[in-house]
Amino acid sequence: MEQTHARYWTRVLRLTGGLLGVWFLAGLGAGVLFKEQLDAITIPGTGFPLGFWMAQQGSILVFVLIIWWYARKMRALDRESGVEEDDQ
Amino acid sequence: MNVQAWTTLFVVLTFGLYTAIAWWSRASSTREFYVAGKGVSPLANGMATAADWMSAASFISMAGIIAFSGYGGSVYLMGWTGGYVLLAVLLAPFLRKFGKFTVPDFVGDRYESNTVRFLAVICALFVSFTYVAGQMRGVGVVFGRFLEVPVETGVLVGMAIVLFYAVLGGMKGITYTQVAQYCVLIFAFMVPAIFLSLRFSGLPVPQLGFGLGSEGESVLAKLEGLDRELGFTPYTDQGGGNILNLFAITLALMVGTAGLPHVIVRFFTVPKVRDARTSALWAIFFIALLYTTAPAIAVFARYNLMESVRDASWSASADSIADESVKPLPEWVRSWEDIGLIAWVDKDGDGEVDYAPGAAFVGKPSFSKEDDRGVFGERLVENVPTEAKNELYVDRDIMVLANPEISGLPNWVVALVAAGGLAAALSTAAGLLLVVSTSISHDLLKRGVFPNISEKGELRAARIAIVGAVVVAGWLGIDPPGFVAEVVAFAFGLAASTFFPAIVLGIFSTRMNKQGAASGMIVGLLFTASAIVWFRFLHPELDSPEHWWLGIGPKGIGSVGMVLNFLVSLAVGSCFPPPSAQTQEMVRSIRVPKGSGRPASPNH
Repeated sequence: MEQTHARYWTRVLRLTGGLLGVWFLAGLGAGVLFKEQLDAITIPGTGFPLGFWMAQQGSILVFVLIIWWYARKMRALDRESGVEEDDQ
Repeated sequence: MNVQAWTTLFVVLTFGLYTAIAWWSRASSTREFYVAGKGVSPLANGMATAADWMSAASFISMAGIIAFSGYGGSVYLMGWTGGYVLLAVLLAPFLRKFGKFTVPDFVGDRYESNTVRFLAVICALFVSFTYVAGQMRGVGVVFGRFLEVPVETGVLVGMAIVLFYAVLGGMKGITYTQVAQYCVLIFAFMVPAIFLSLRFSGLPVPQLGFGLGSEGESVLAKLEGLDRELGFTPYTDQGGGNILNLFAITLALMVGTAGLPHVIVRFFTVPKVRDARTSALWAIFFIALLYTTAPAIAVFARYNLMESVRDASWSASADSIADESVKPLPEWVRSWEDIGLIAWVDKDGDGEVDYAPGAAFVGKPSFSKEDDRGVFGERLVENVPTEAKNELYVDRDIMVLANPEISGLPNWVVALVAAGGLAAALSTAAGLLLVVSTSISHDLLKRGVFPNISEKGELRAARIAIVGAVVVAGWLGIDPPGFVAEVVAFAFGLAASTFFPAIVLGIFSTRMNKQGAASGMIVGLLFTASAIVWFRFLHPELDSPEHWWLGIGPKGIGSVGMVLNFLVSLAVGSCFPPPSAQTQEMVRSIRVPKGSGRPASPNH
């Protein structure tokens, strides 16, 4: 029991860490730190410089995807580790 | 039907709807009053969270702020959405598993300390009150603008309606009215945006419409062309430059969002841990819908404004012009001038609008009392003109409110925007008021002064507290002390530097103890508050980048406060013994979803 929980928690931490990495790169990374460099690229067929687009559209889309992925993965992880909630 | 009739109709209809929902979802226990009986579906909770979150400021002001700050406005877009990632993966599921009612409940139990609980209550009350004052004001302003009643009357009507459904239904009533309010506000936001997008780009999707098009053909590219022509920094570069400061502000807004008590508490209302995760997904989805549309509205509106006013002749209107070389002034400019949100000073005396960078005059317009008119029929202002070439003052709030009119949309669309603004303001106000009332009746009375209070007594106390909170909020809305607007922006910094580290450490470290958490919160609070007070109140003359520490201004200082909080907590915490075995067990149990039906805490 203890051990299953510890293993489950390690996997949760790994998933959380990875997703927070993506969160950082998409928002603060692409939208702020590297915005100027990315602006050199214009998204084909549009007037969007890439850095600007990441700051005002792309990062938000990535955030939605991160939370979607987390909800999905965690549900599978709960089931695999047998720590799902009992249906009342 | 004219705009006012439509507005009255929509307001009566939507308010009637909110009241009916409130009656249908009356609360009969504290569990229902505080957390809606933990029976809200993830989809409904996602909508309610979105409505709770998106305030009058998001609805009315944000697109305008972006329109006038270009890329610089991105900090709000990323900050107010990125925070949900932190909320979803670091806080929401674990706090739901913990299974009680409030944020002070969690920190108080986790750190086995009433001092920490009390500290958290104070922060929650402070954050919520500063925030709610702005909302009540927002209700008053929308009423004032669209129904031509005084702002005070508007605030009173808003107070009455919030009072009715919050007192009756508590969290349950608030949740289901917020679901309705989300539908109203998103519809009201999207309809004009879609019309605008169709008009400028031929596409019904504003998110694409503002940038799609081959080289130089997109609206965004045309806007940048205009910017260059009139001497502005190109739109996609405006507000850039100080990267460290932008980084700090964005981070402070993200972390602050995740630490706001009225948002966190929404995740206590769903039945299961996995519902908390799905509910965060729905919330970010519903929020993203508005937040990705706002920058599109900003670009359309900004382009339209610049294109239609520059070099337009102030005295000429479309139907009176024979001379083709004279550019007429659009009608909506004059009607917003009447309301006082647009003003023009003809600096060079040529009768044409010169729109250029810089303020036209110092401060907000103060129009002459006798409504004196200038040579070209413009309302005269008493403000001191600046050296800048610019002659036009435009209030940022116009961007959303005037959009339907600017694009020549039917009257009902204009009225819809008014109903949407009211929905946004009311839903946020109600959520905040509930936090205030819960803090008083639950955290202060039940868990503090009167631990033996009966269920009935606590429910009565909660209702009385919410009445008190509404009255105070209304008073703040009618007669806002000057500091309110200043402080609201910093609620985020304070939430970031106090709550967030304490909660995250409480979940992710079994070792963290009350000494660590309390000293971290105190250091974070003192550091952030003193930096803000120093630059905003004591030495506003020093509030400029060259005096800021490492170039980080008061808006972004919360990030530094948050880092300090983490460091101090970890350092101090390691000098004191770990918490009791019981508490460590509780921390381990909130990490796994299993058993969420039972409360995780042993002393409940």
